[in-house]
Amino acid sequence: MNAPVPDTHGSVGIVEPKLLELDQGVTLQCGEVLPRLELIYETYGDLNQDRTNAVLICHALSGHHHAAGFHSETETRPGWWDNCIGPGKPIDTNRFHVVSLNNLGGCHGSTGPRSVNPKTGEPYGEDFPTVTVKDWVKTQAMLADALNIERFAAVIGGSLGGMQALQWAIDYPDRIGHAVLIACAPKLSAQNIAFNEIARLAIKMDSVDGSSDEALPGLGLARMIGHVTYLSDDSMGTKFGREVKSGDIEQGRDVQFQVESYLHYQGSRFAQTFDPNTYVLVTRALDYFDPAIEHNDNLVDTLQPATAKFLVISFSSDWRFSPERSNEIVDALVAAGKSTVSANIVSNMGHDSFLMDIPRYFTVLKTYLASVADELDA
Amino acid sequence: MRIDLKHVADFVEDNARVLDLGCGDGKLLEYLQESKSIRGYGVERDQDAIESCIQRGVNVIEHDLNSGLDRFPDDSFDIVVMTETLQALESPRTLLRELLRIANRCIVSFPNFGHWRCRFQLLFRGRMPVAEHLPHAWYNTPNIHLCTFRDFDEMCQLEKLEVVERSVIDPKYRKVTSKSALSNLFGTTGFYVLGRGK
Repeated sequence: MNAPVPDTHGSVGIVEPKLLELDQGVTLQCGEVLPRLELIYETYGDLNQDRTNAVLICHALSGHHHAAGFHSETETRPGWWDNCIGPGKPIDTNRFHVVSLNNLGGCHGSTGPRSVNPKTGEPYGEDFPTVTVKDWVKTQAMLADALNIERFAAVIGGSLGGMQALQWAIDYPDRIGHAVLIACAPKLSAQNIAFNEIARLAIKMDSVDGSSDEALPGLGLARMIGHVTYLSDDSMGTKFGREVKSGDIEQGRDVQFQVESYLHYQGSRFAQTFDPNTYVLVTRALDYFDPAIEHNDNLVDTLQPATAKFLVISFSSDWRFSPERSNEIVDALVAAGKSTVSANIVSNMGHDSFLMDIPRYFTVLKTYLASVADELDA
Repeated sequence: MRIDLKHVADFVEDNARVLDLGCGDGKLLEYLQESKSIRGYGVERDQDAIESCIQRGVNVIEHDLNSGLDRFPDDSFDIVVMTETLQALESPRTLLRELLRIANRCIVSFPNFGHWRCRFQLLFRGRMPVAEHLPHAWYNTPNIHLCTFRDFDEMCQLEKLEVVERSVIDPKYRKVTSKSALSNLFGTTGFYVLGRGK
């Protein structure tokens, strides 16, 4: 049987990743220097003559550069945000030139723990230096320089990606027109950090003798923990309920619930493709993110340099980064006198809502970005 | 909207920070942005209205006024505007206090339940009033706290508010500054500019 042909309706179609080599290296926030680095990225839609219609997509914990389209005719799954990026979609490639990269420290082609450390000739592994949201934004700006993009019409991200968009507005006020922050928070709560630490510990347990499970290594367990926090009680109830996959619940023997099976599958699949050191690095970057720390914990003062206009979107059932966390950002933006639109979308899908094509969510995003594109055309 | 945008603009200073509670489609803020260069924010809970605000390029915060205004600090705005919204709130008195905590000036407008058509329908027909300025039937009206001008005047006294301006809008949408008792009979909409008082 032939492989299914990807549906290219509203799709950017076949895309090819590109690799940027930055031989000038970069000094990271922690003080360490990476003598050279590579960033893998994709672009969708044409850059206009004035080079003003570029939009940067910042990915979240497990994301990467492949946000839309297909890498080949035979690829069955499109990029991770394909429902949102493409011709006629909320991030409309007929109007915007979309840039999407794999962040530094990632495991999908940009320099990261799997890359060779020039000092040792071996992969960095767990010795890869600490990378922060600020470092990501800095290296994203280096990518923009290389692409000769002086200013992004918008920087867009969900979750950890939203944090990058926020950092962009603070660190490069002249280089960003709009910041779109989706299911985001100004910093992690103790509960958020706690979940991240449990995930990291699950990964570290692998190095303890005999504790590693080949079918489900620590990274898989870490993903299971994370995954539960991305969903809601309601959505898990709807999807799985108490449905039993195997075993006899009346006798209480060898029972496996559907939800268990699902999480095992998600965990082991993730562990096959993702790098445990990247997972540790990215969760650390999440934990450390707190732009207001340089301003006596005053988010209003922190946001003062920003000149971008902001769109902040949250989801009612998101308990990882709840609407109240988005409101902290919104209220600080209002107090700082920044242009702001906020929307709270009713959804039962938890934090993962930001990846779903929820009609009202996409309408808000589409309406807002259409006005951004209109501004450029005016 | 029953009151003219210009009526509001008369009381808004250039470059003022304006909070418009229940901003609807954002027309007032758009008008004030253009005519007074204000920095305005709308607060709205209706999805379609929020869409319109985005299209107009007006700042809008999705928020339900019935959940309170704690998120807006004391004196964070120069003026708060709330047109045709007071009567639909769960706690209008509490909210009125909040308005004058957030700014030392507020503009409030509301439909007059003391208008003669309302009185007539209740008195002679024994029916809940339905009029041009109060178009809903009793079972689907969002207006759960209706009042007359006299009621509102009493509230301003109770709260010791400074009444900077008290006008009524007549059925031809003209603003009439009137202290006469007849205004409570013939005015459809009340237009009040209030201050904190002493």
